[in-house]
Amino acid sequence: MITSESVSTKKATRDIYLPPERKTVEGGGKSHVVAKDFSIYYGEFEAVKRVSADILSKYVTAIIGPSGCGKSTFLRAINRMNDLIPSCHTSGSLLFDGEDVYGKYTDEVLLRKKVGMVFQKPNPFPKSIFDNIAYGPRLHGMSDKKKLMEVVERSLRKAAIWDEVCDRLDKNALGLSGGQQQRLCVARTLAVEPEVLLLDEPTSALDPKATAKIEDLIQELRGSYTIMIVTHNMQQASRVSDSTMFFYEGVLVEHAATAQLFTNPKDPMTEDYITGRFS
Amino acid sequence: MNIGTRKILDRSFTAVGIGSIIVMAFALMVVVVPIVSNGIGAVFFTGTVEHRKMLRNEFQRGNVEHLASGVASSERYRARVYEILGTFEAELERMEPEKKRAYTSKYSQTRTALQALLGPLPGDRAPMLTRFKYGQTRWEKAGEKLHDLLYESKWDNSNAEIMGKEYFVSRATAFEGTSLAPLFPYIKGNIEKMLLPEFTVYWGFITDSSVDSHFFGGIWPEIQGTFFLAMGAMLFAFPLGVIAAVYFTEYARPGFLNSMLRSANSTLAGVPSIVFGMFGLAFFINTLKVSESKSVLAGSLTLAIMILPTIIRAAEEAILAVPKTYREASLSLGSTKWNTIATVILPAALPGILTGGVISLGRAAGETAPIIFTAAVSVGSAIGLADVLSSPTPALSWNIYNLASEHEAAAQIRHVQYGMVLALVTIVLLLNLSAIVLRARISKKLKA
Ligand SMILES: Nc1ncnc2c1ncn2[C@@H]1O[C@H](COP(=O)(O)OP(=O)(O)O)[C@@H](O)[C@H]1O
Ligand SMILES: [Mg+2]
Repeated sequence: MITSESVSTKKATRDIYLPPERKTVEGGGKSHVVAKDFSIYYGEFEAVKRVSADILSKYVTAIIGPSGCGKSTFLRAINRMNDLIPSCHTSGSLLFDGEDVYGKYTDEVLLRKKVGMVFQKPNPFPKSIFDNIAYGPRLHGMSDKKKLMEVVERSLRKAAIWDEVCDRLDKNALGLSGGQQQRLCVARTLAVEPEVLLLDEPTSALDPKATAKIEDLIQELRGSYTIMIVTHNMQQASRVSDSTMFFYEGVLVEHAATAQLFTNPKDPMTEDYITGRFS
Repeated sequence: MNIGTRKILDRSFTAVGIGSIIVMAFALMVVVVPIVSNGIGAVFFTGTVEHRKMLRNEFQRGNVEHLASGVASSERYRARVYEILGTFEAELERMEPEKKRAYTSKYSQTRTALQALLGPLPGDRAPMLTRFKYGQTRWEKAGEKLHDLLYESKWDNSNAEIMGKEYFVSRATAFEGTSLAPLFPYIKGNIEKMLLPEFTVYWGFITDSSVDSHFFGGIWPEIQGTFFLAMGAMLFAFPLGVIAAVYFTEYARPGFLNSMLRSANSTLAGVPSIVFGMFGLAFFINTLKVSESKSVLAGSLTLAIMILPTIIRAAEEAILAVPKTYREASLSLGSTKWNTIATVILPAALPGILTGGVISLGRAAGETAPIIFTAAVSVGSAIGLADVLSSPTPALSWNIYNLASEHEAAAQIRHVQYGMVLALVTIVLLLNLSAIVLRARISKKLKA
């Protein structure tokens, strides 16, 4: 049994160790999301235990760990999607841009505008492709048709799906393939111009080809958004991320530069996990 | 359980299932066939020259020349009837008092029967009621009236043990030897030439008001009344129901009050409609005084209360069936709760909500009990939209009941009653059909 005290996350991830093929991001590397002794409970049950972590802006952070270890719970805490679960509550502090996410006067609607999320199962609205992307901008007051069209095109291009859907923007989004739907969901999130992108196992429902496309997309978006991706797939984590957090039974066991965590883990549990001794 | 037993069980269940479906289909046929065949008879039937006269006089409809030539040709044959009557009346005057008395009453019966067939005869006072201004307007009824003329109905009460038995005595025999005797064979032989039956399509049945409490004319006031009442009920119940459903599903915190409200709603859905009728009278008319007495407004409100639980439940179920992922997606884009409900949840739940709404609309159109005390009158003209606040209205459901049970001439205007039933069934069916189509179309749009 490990407790949060036994795990050191004190070590700053700021001096992030990047392998040669990954470039340093200009203007990135500031503390964007900071957790301090942050716990999340479902009723009595403590699903995430006193996590302290520092998520750097404009880099990609992967969250790995066995099923049920609290990855989703932690991720969903950052844009307060856990508010939907009545029994869920938190302790400790979680800062976004230096402001308390769970503060008394925090506007969770505004927060979610800045912290976008893409879910495990693609969840486009049963509306046209155009209306899906335009949903967020419209929500936030954009009504000019031309401007909306610009945003829709820009977002779809960013999500690398423009070429596939540009001739059928008025068709229902549910007619797209799973991989296309997921990229559409990314585009829909990007259309709101968030600062942080939370991806909860975005490829687990997709085939390998669609998965590769999403991974390429993450590489494209790296440097423009702070990205956090939960994944079951360790190859994926090592391919797309700059730093990796390993969770086990609600505890953040290790958080380090990805290259380092996968080649030279500090914690024996991490080593066991990445070498596949358990999963 | 071994395979043999299982197979036998499966087979017998299949047999029972098919059997019950056949019974159901049969029951449906038994109900539907007479409604349709008799109801259609209100519009498509064989009408007589009397019907054409009536249409001309009461509704200014029909071809004047055709009517004139029909009347002329009919009068040519009727002239002989009048002649016989005149001769007999003169003969009657000459009879000795005892014989005269006996024949006078018989003759007056005969005259009445003849009036029912041909309309007022020369020398009659102009009738007050429209129904007596014309002879038999429908050819299929002319046979009955002819029989009434040819035969006198008598009752054999000789055996006190059993109910009286009806038997018929030929009037021709009764008047044998008088100058009236030739009347009967003459009418029997020339009835068609005097009434001139013609296949008639009377669309006015749908668009005309009734004359002389449904004796002639159509059922437009009833159709319009039903429409006003049902639409009025929807106007109140639909928005209220959807709002309540949104509250129950999205805003209400689980707790004592909430579960009380929900079970109250379920109970309300099972309350007999007559109770709503009494409630409507007591609450809307006597207490709130929304109108001085019966009015479309009071009826609509009562119907609204009656269908509200159904609408709430249908909307609740539809809202709960919306995938949680839509809500998550919307909220994660920075949408407020209210916005999420308005732009994602309700549109996705729309097919279910509308289905519940339209089915309730059908129910509101068909219910009788809630409007008996609050809105319905037996006879009346179509009311204007401006009058709905204060005027009562005839309505299909209530008038069907009224024609079946309270109308003094119910037996003579069965076709009107069936016509109303068919109209009501058609309206309800059309509503349900439109619900199905609407649902399919929206679902298709939602499902790519
Ligand atoms: N809505 C919930 N209510 C209660 N417990 C939950 C709920 N969601 C998740 N949990 C529990 O919290 C723990 C972490 O879940 P989750 O964050 O979904 O894990 P992961 O995403 O790492 O697979 C699990 O033990 C799970 O059973
Ligand atoms: Mg998960």
